Amino acid sequence: MFKNATRFARWRLSAVLIALMTLFLCDTSWAQSAIPAGESTTQIEQGASMASNREPDSGPLSSERWSPYVCGIGIGILCWLTFLLSNRPLGISTAYAKTAGMLEKKWRGKQVEQMEYYKKFPPKIGWEWMLVIGVIIGAFISALMSGSFEFVFLPEIWRVHIGDTYLLRWLTALAGGILMGIGARWAGGCTSGHGISGTLQLAVSSWIVVISMFIGGIVTAFMIM
Amino acid sequence: MLKTIHNNQKVQLVFALLFGIIFGFLLQKGGVTRYDVIMGQLLLEDFTVIKVILSAVVVGMLGVYYMKGLGLVSLHTKPGSLGSSIPGGLLFGIGFALLGYCPGTIAGAVGQGSLDALLGGIPGIIIGCGIYAYLYPTLQRTVLHRGSFGDVTFPQLIPINHWFVVLAACGLILGVLFLLSIAGL
Repeated sequence: MFKNATRFARWRLSAVLIALMTLFLCDTSWAQSAIPAGESTTQIEQGASMASNREPDSGPLSSERWSPYVCGIGIGILCWLTFLLSNRPLGISTAYAKTAGMLEKKWRGKQVEQMEYYKKFPPKIGWEWMLVIGVIIGAFISALMSGSFEFVFLPEIWRVHIGDTYLLRWLTALAGGILMGIGARWAGGCTSGHGISGTLQLAVSSWIVVISMFIGGIVTAFMIM
Repeated sequence: MLKTIHNNQKVQLVFALLFGIIFGFLLQKGGVTRYDVIMGQLLLEDFTVIKVILSAVVVGMLGVYYMKGLGLVSLHTKPGSLGSSIPGGLLFGIGFALLGYCPGTIAGAVGQGSLDALLGGIPGIIIGCGIYAYLYPTLQRTVLHRGSFGDVTFPQLIPINHWFVVLAACGLILGVLFLLSIAGL
């Protein structure tokens, strides 16, 4: 049965891949060399080339932005690898849950391991944890290579719409993080676990979670800005 | 051979680190580790986030289902219910808009120097997860399983060859991406 599916799928697969490549080729912004750091992306015209104050031919690895389609394709391929080589979907929020457990263990001792939740998610370093460390390193390398590493506390859009106070930004980030942590574990995953891995598997739970996430996010964003 | 790799703990931790580095690199290059880009998406002005996610989903879906057909991978879907997927998702969304990063992109934001991510967001997410561990026993007994539909996938619900569902889903997603690009978004 699956032999037929494979044969049938092969040429359809090619058709879709050709469609993808067409999309990618139509979007010339992957050749963009620099977007001035801090400038809002809403000001940038899709596909237009911006003058760079870096060498324009220093290569794609040192360019500050790649096409979102190229990055998405790359992440999709990464998902193939995680399934094939790790037998796991890409997932992030578990790392934070386990970290919370590990920190609590330092404070309250071994009894934390007896909590119902930590019996399900043992508080120790695991696959997702290393993944998150990797994300920090990978982003750092990317920022370093394009010269866009910069210590920034107040993002531009926040400054424009809300204000200049560091305290308010810190409190809002903290509160947002807390709600996000609770929400992610309640839903059983975040934008990586549900948003990418779950949706690509066509899991009903993940599609419902993602739609809920964006409804909550969009309504809140419009309310605060 | 794959099973041996899967079961080797040390190898898996190294793989996870490498996968993470690639993920972080791609997220940063895509711009989605930036507060401005994420808020731009939630304000429906900048569709970079959706483009990254949907492109990843199409490519990921085709590859994973193809490999599944070859017997190389299994699916790992998460169970869901009305009492967990919807409140969790909505709460996440509210936090998402306040913080301006998600758990993955915030790690990337830390890597690119965003201090609000490092000092506000990450402690917040950890605290939130810690709070959830205390809420879990009560939620588990009350709402978490209300309206449960398990870890079912759409192809499993539709009684035709799953490739029709997969290709239809990819077609729809590509259609959305195409509409976004011709709309100049």
